[in-house]
Amino acid sequence: MVENTAAPLRIVQLYPRDMNIYGDWGNTLTLKRRAERHGLAVEIVDHNPGDPWPEHAELFVGGGGQDSGQFRVAEDLQAVAPRLLDAVERGVPMLAICGLYQLFGRSFRTGAGETLPGIGIFDLETVGGAERLIGNIVTESPELGTIVGYENHSGLTHLGAGQEPLATVVSGAGNNGEDGTEGARTRNVLGSYLHGSLLPKNPRVADFLLSRALELRGESLPAAPLDDTLAERARDVAASRPR
Amino acid sequence: MSRPLVRLLGQGVRWASSLRGGGSAFPGLFMEKLHPGFVAEELAKLPRGVVVISGTNGKTTTTKMTVQLLRSQGLRVFTNRTGSNFVRGVAASLLAEMDAFGRLDADVAVLELDEAHAVHFVKQVRPRICLLLNVMRDQLDRFGEIDTTRRMLRQVALATTETVVLNREDPRIAGLAEDLPAGTGVSWFGLSDALRPMFPSDDDMRDGLRQVDPGEQDSQVPSTQRPDADVVLRAVNARTVELEVRGAAHEATVDLYGVYNQYNAAAALAASLQVLGDDADVPALVAELGSVTPAFGRGETITVEDKPLQLLLVKNPAGFRLSLASASAQDYATMIAINDQYADGRDVSWLWDVDFDSLRAGGVDVVSGVRAWDMALRLDYDLVRVGTVEPELEDALKQFIAQSGERPMRIFCTYTAMLSLRKILGGMTHVAAI
Ligand SMILES: [Zn+2]
Repeated sequence: MVENTAAPLRIVQLYPRDMNIYGDWGNTLTLKRRAERHGLAVEIVDHNPGDPWPEHAELFVGGGGQDSGQFRVAEDLQAVAPRLLDAVERGVPMLAICGLYQLFGRSFRTGAGETLPGIGIFDLETVGGAERLIGNIVTESPELGTIVGYENHSGLTHLGAGQEPLATVVSGAGNNGEDGTEGARTRNVLGSYLHGSLLPKNPRVADFLLSRALELRGESLPAAPLDDTLAERARDVAASRPR
Repeated sequence: MSRPLVRLLGQGVRWASSLRGGGSAFPGLFMEKLHPGFVAEELAKLPRGVVVISGTNGKTTTTKMTVQLLRSQGLRVFTNRTGSNFVRGVAASLLAEMDAFGRLDADVAVLELDEAHAVHFVKQVRPRICLLLNVMRDQLDRFGEIDTTRRMLRQVALATTETVVLNREDPRIAGLAEDLPAGTGVSWFGLSDALRPMFPSDDDMRDGLRQVDPGEQDSQVPSTQRPDADVVLRAVNARTVELEVRGAAHEATVDLYGVYNQYNAAAALAASLQVLGDDADVPALVAELGSVTPAFGRGETITVEDKPLQLLLVKNPAGFRLSLASASAQDYATMIAINDQYADGRDVSWLWDVDFDSLRAGGVDVVSGVRAWDMALRLDYDLVRVGTVEPELEDALKQFIAQSGERPMRIFCTYTAMLSLRKILGGMTHVAAI
């Protein structure tokens, strides 16, 4: 067990006020509980548009939102982009779901035809589609194994030539319903359309993020695994459900 | 074709389709094809017009209460049956209610319409009054986004000819008042400042680890700076509520589970006042609230093995949170049944937007349904102890009843889980027909 005398692990929730639909809280809660069960203290800090930048962040997590929220967030992201990109370069782990995933790309053209600039952590572009891609989804990642979740997005995302996807689609639509890719990965930043929430039913992804955060402290996750029986059962059911 | 003939044909189809057990919308579909303006023409004849009730949560209960309040004042009320809320379903209900001479014996129609269907309906029939309850995240996999839902309700408000009755405390609903054309009246129903924190909007739900606790979450405008409401729910006691109706204080018995149902009663009262106008007998209406009973799944109590069992429908985060907050967890044996059939919504991610902390002290006895393991996982991350996880509803229910001891029982369940549980309970005890 890691000594609890260390400073708590500082997790920053990006834009929880505007981007918190589809159970995004489940991702933050999973990181918090798993860290605690691994013997770590955790501190959760919110960053909303206009807030001063949270220093010493060790892990970032953020989710999806309504169009109206996305405009406010896109503006703030431009302002904090240099600091966020610096954190990416240092290897700080991040999880960006849905709306935030889109804004971590180069640009997002909404269904109404307006273009929101992204901050280019990922080399990808998103265009609002006419039809929503909705349903249970199963994907496979070379490093993180099978990832199960639920997707609900109208944006169609196409990855640039050199951009690594997070996973390939086993069943479901993924980034655009055509090329079989889902999400994106750059260094320790994971982007995905899977919510539902992503982390509770995918503890390997949660532990990946936590262990990368600890590595930056020169520490590692305790070797003893947590009991993930409930998550495994829930995964099996989710993977067997109709779209 | 002549009108009476069309109608008689429609009624004949209704009779024939009831013989073969056909769906309730089929005769309506037939009428719509033969005579597309049928519903609009019939409803336009009603002396007190059409009332449309819509919103994400509480439509069924509120419609039921509004109908009862108006009938208690002597009005003849036409309403639609639960589950048939298309234009077509309304047509089918109309045919069923008409006599052989094609007369609809009613003064007013009170119709429950969900957001998407309401938009189509008001293109054909302009309501005199609409009552808009709330916009919450619900069934997003069908409607897409909460802003879309708001736009749908806006169209209903714009189509209304006389008065729009709005929830002052829901920012998305309250904002509609600014869009109305000159000449359309607004009537508000609302909450006292003391009660407002019990009804967090979706926007307030999740900022960091902060719980939505009284006083703190509510940085909104105090009631003195908000518009005056015709009906204000002032306080909620064990079995009574304090209401302010057009400025005067009243106490009413409202024997419904949960403060959100009591707020629905305030909404129903506000709409009824608009329908009745100067004819309204306010003390009698308030007294009538004491005899309203919950609609299907909104807290109906079934007696099984001499113990009360409540079935509580849950379908979105705000509703689940309010339902949990409405009773002290330690007083009940608790079961949760989550299905993910189409009618429930396939997406169970909303469970992560509900706080289950209030169940920590008492735990949850049984978790069931197709997504039982998802629910158990959710509770585990809120540090809530779970007794049994049994996805099969019948086995789960039997274990739950056996384990509950002397405690009254409550089951939080999604729509299809509730249908199944009622059926299973029907084999054990008396369960009212839906
Ligand atoms: Zn999404």
